[in-house]
Amino acid sequence: MSYLIKGETADWELVIGLEVHAQVISNSKLFSGSATSFGADPNSHVSLVDAAMPGMLPVINAHCIDQAIKTGLGLNAVINRHSVFERKNYFYADLPQGYQISQFLHPIVGEGMLEIQLKDGSIREIAIERLHMEQDAGKSIHDKDPRRTYIDLNRAGVCLMEIVSHPAMYTPEEAAAYVRKIRSIVRYLETCDGNMEEGSMRADVNVSVRKFGETGLRTRTETKNVNSVRFMMQAIEFEAQRHVEVWESGGEVKQETRLFDPDTGETRPMRSKEEAHDYRYFPDPDLLPVELSEAQIDAIRSAMPELPDEKKRRFMAELGLSAYDADVLVAERETANYFEIVAKGRDAKVAANWVISNLFGALNAADKDISNSPVSAQNLGKLLGLMANETISGRIAKEVFEIMFETGSDPEKIVQEKGLKQITDSGAIEAAVDQAIADNPDQADEVRQGNGKAIGWFVGQVMQKTQGKANPQAVNKMLRDKLST
Amino acid sequence: MSLDTDTVRKIAVLARIKIDDEKLSPLASELNNIIGWVEQLSEVDTDGISPMTSVAEMTMPVRADVITDGDCEDRVLANAPQKVAPYFTVPRVVE
Amino acid sequence: MTQANELTITEARDALIAGKLSATELTQSCLDAMAKAGELNAFITETPELALERAAQSDARIAKGESRGALEGIPVAVKDLFCTKGVLTTAASHILDGFVPEYESTVTENLRNAGTVMTGKTNLDEFAMGSANVTSYYGPVKNPWKLDDGKDRVPGGSSGGSAAAVAAHLSLAAIGTDTGGSIRQPASFCGIVGMKPTYGRCSRWGTVAFASSLDQAGPMTKTVRDAAIVLQGMAGHDKKDSTSAPVDLPDFAAAITGDIRGMKIGIPKEYRIDGSPAEIDAIWRKGTDMFRDAGAEIVDITLPHTKYALPTYYIVAPAEASSNLARYDGVRYGLRVDGDSLDEMYENTRAEGFGDEVKRRVLIGAYVLSAGYYDAYYVKAQKVRSRIAEDFKKAFAQVDVILTPTAPSTAFAIGEKMDDPIAMYMNDVFTVPASMAGLPCLSVPGGLGDDGLPLGLHLISKPFDEETLFRAGDVLEKQANFTAIPAGWGAGQ
Repeated sequence: MSYLIKGETADWELVIGLEVHAQVISNSKLFSGSATSFGADPNSHVSLVDAAMPGMLPVINAHCIDQAIKTGLGLNAVINRHSVFERKNYFYADLPQGYQISQFLHPIVGEGMLEIQLKDGSIREIAIERLHMEQDAGKSIHDKDPRRTYIDLNRAGVCLMEIVSHPAMYTPEEAAAYVRKIRSIVRYLETCDGNMEEGSMRADVNVSVRKFGETGLRTRTETKNVNSVRFMMQAIEFEAQRHVEVWESGGEVKQETRLFDPDTGETRPMRSKEEAHDYRYFPDPDLLPVELSEAQIDAIRSAMPELPDEKKRRFMAELGLSAYDADVLVAERETANYFEIVAKGRDAKVAANWVISNLFGALNAADKDISNSPVSAQNLGKLLGLMANETISGRIAKEVFEIMFETGSDPEKIVQEKGLKQITDSGAIEAAVDQAIADNPDQADEVRQGNGKAIGWFVGQVMQKTQGKANPQAVNKMLRDKLST
Repeated sequence: MSLDTDTVRKIAVLARIKIDDEKLSPLASELNNIIGWVEQLSEVDTDGISPMTSVAEMTMPVRADVITDGDCEDRVLANAPQKVAPYFTVPRVVE
Repeated sequence: MTQANELTITEARDALIAGKLSATELTQSCLDAMAKAGELNAFITETPELALERAAQSDARIAKGESRGALEGIPVAVKDLFCTKGVLTTAASHILDGFVPEYESTVTENLRNAGTVMTGKTNLDEFAMGSANVTSYYGPVKNPWKLDDGKDRVPGGSSGGSAAAVAAHLSLAAIGTDTGGSIRQPASFCGIVGMKPTYGRCSRWGTVAFASSLDQAGPMTKTVRDAAIVLQGMAGHDKKDSTSAPVDLPDFAAAITGDIRGMKIGIPKEYRIDGSPAEIDAIWRKGTDMFRDAGAEIVDITLPHTKYALPTYYIVAPAEASSNLARYDGVRYGLRVDGDSLDEMYENTRAEGFGDEVKRRVLIGAYVLSAGYYDAYYVKAQKVRSRIAEDFKKAFAQVDVILTPTAPSTAFAIGEKMDDPIAMYMNDVFTVPASMAGLPCLSVPGGLGDDGLPLGLHLISKPFDEETLFRAGDVLEKQANFTAIPAGWGAGQ
């Protein structure tokens, strides 16, 4: 797990803190009644409140508060009964009010904790400092005109949750696992769609380095708005390397805001953020504090779905899955739900194997995901049932699965129509075995002389003769009986 | 605490108000007078007193999560001093 | 004979109901008076056509027996801080050049629904920041009251245009906004009634914000009863304003009974300030006597933190204003002065668009909120504000109403106190403390000062107890029998 950067003078350790911005799933904006949906015509999802017309006032969306509480509970965090919206004052073209309504001293969610699993199987707990609610800004479009920037306020005022970790991650892998885990949780909770491409989830990445053994933190840089896990890892690696080079050459890392360029994999200082920040936070006098009752929090808690960690523990304890399989299956709520339908009343390990290897393989190859899988969970379950009751063999099952993937058909129908039912009649199998032995006397002798491997070849011959419909175990056993000396 | 011209320049940048250099010094002394005057508040014993941010003794009202607004680009853009509909425009920003 | 524009609302209403006067005639007489009073500069925008159109609608409703009540057909002048759909709204600032709102403020919408006729948008201090109406981009307003020295007096501020319009009978009533005294102090300077309701009584939606935790709209009228009637038309809970109080509206005018026997009137000793002119003490004593004569009980009370209210205000209000005025950036409305970069455009626009007093307050506000100073100034001020509010709470355990002078002087000449911001701020020394606590207040003309200019008496009551305020104010008004009028305006010429 250690991630050390070899420098000229020392080994350097990396320290990462993340601010994940997650767009809350809601119909309307945090403080206005305009729509939040993505992809609308420019400035069509904008009210006079969003455009900060003189005298316009904010009124909070109750659902956004509930979503933040729900997410906080999902992050095993303290829900603060009293929280306050403050104004973060700065000028920017896509910030119509000249301030962002955010939470500062009194966020709605306090300390929390997230468990992540790394590739080597180890588990780490990442401490979360807080979650607060805030308004998103609009969009500045720079590529429409060489002299002007265009402003679209559709996103302005959409509710974001900013989830702030402690500087408690030490490798790019941990940061990636952390972001994936948050994504998984908010998707389970349906508080954020986790769509990084559309920007509904993005991260500000704080990176610093320190000599191995140092306990304090050195100056950090913040790389803004990174919108994929892969880019985030690249940005971290680039920044870490850059910091080490700066320190080692006797320089000082400057505390600054940077941008990641996906084309080069590099970061650069953000020009528009050069001046020193002084956000002059103060409680928004247009709003009152958010006061929550224990009953309100309890009602949300009691309606929480089972989350990935719990589900994983259940899959391992009750269904006997390996930690790895369980982890893969619980990452997405849809996958877990799919798996549970497939596994219901069936061998869970076989089900896990089919979902992870066969289904995921096919989906990947077809560039589809589980939500639009041609094979429904019910049908995959039926297929497993056909194997379990020996209607078809594993080999035939794979064939049937391919047809199912192409056509979306019911496996029972496919087996019926194509006549793929397994031959269990021992008379028919014996005839095929006898035939195979008779046709291949030399090979039969080899087996008799103790070449165990050749028996596999015979199984293949028999299966071929029966178009794969013979039960391979039965074939194997009969061959051994007949060829034993 | 007193405001020197550098501080005034700094807060003028924060507030995005251009102040000509020759006006900085008179402005600083004006603002200093005001700041000096408000500093009499330090005489008041406020130990254990919580700050009052609102006089409204009520809980914050909330609204239901329904779409009730928007779809009014024309009204939103009606007063824009410069625009290329349906966008507002500003001098080009380099990020 | 009294001209229509000189009537009180109560009188005009009776005439309208009796069919002796039409809303159109009433409106026309105000428009005529406005046309002759251009010198006062009370209006930034006059809306005669709109007014006549609405007056005609009122007449039609009255004819059909569908009158909307006491305010049907009554001309009202609107401070140009309220956004009015389709009518230029400037906040008296260059930065809102050409801004024509696509919406109507809740207060003016309510008044319109009550049947009032808007005659125009009145002048004010830029963004309501001032106490003399001398910071308007559209020039100063003159007080209709004149003295023989030939100097023009200020009308007070920031609702100076509204006060002047009512005092000069250009309108039967006007509405203003009050953040630290902006309705009450000009009412005192112009010899009219000015009322600031409890914070939360009138919606702030659609009113250009100065200091959100203090701003409150209110009526400016010729009589206390008229103020009650206009407030009835303006106020009410508004779901669009999170600080609007979800409380029912009582019948304010019904509270005016003429009987205040046994009412406890508090006299706070801290309002007696060193160096204050004798005439202020005199008017205050006169007010006390009038209450005593009417059967009220006079109680000496203490509001220990009174002297700190004004400096507290000059931290809190600029802090909020610095943030509220950030939206005037040349992008979505109003003035834009170009620059080579976005920041240059902002800086040029705001440098040219804001006047000196606004800049001063925006800078003070940014400073007291900035890193390293926030606790020392802003948080400290909010704590002192708590103490001020506590003082009032304790006092109202003893009394029903508090009586103080409204302003520390009569109207001064235009040009005075211009180079001394703090001297100008002192105008609000008596009005600001109650604003900090969000309390309802009423200024009633009490008499004339030594120079023959009007002086107001200031009443404060408990939160949402405007009824007691109106009842007490009405008695004071009758006792004072303030009949003086500024010469040369309205019909008297």
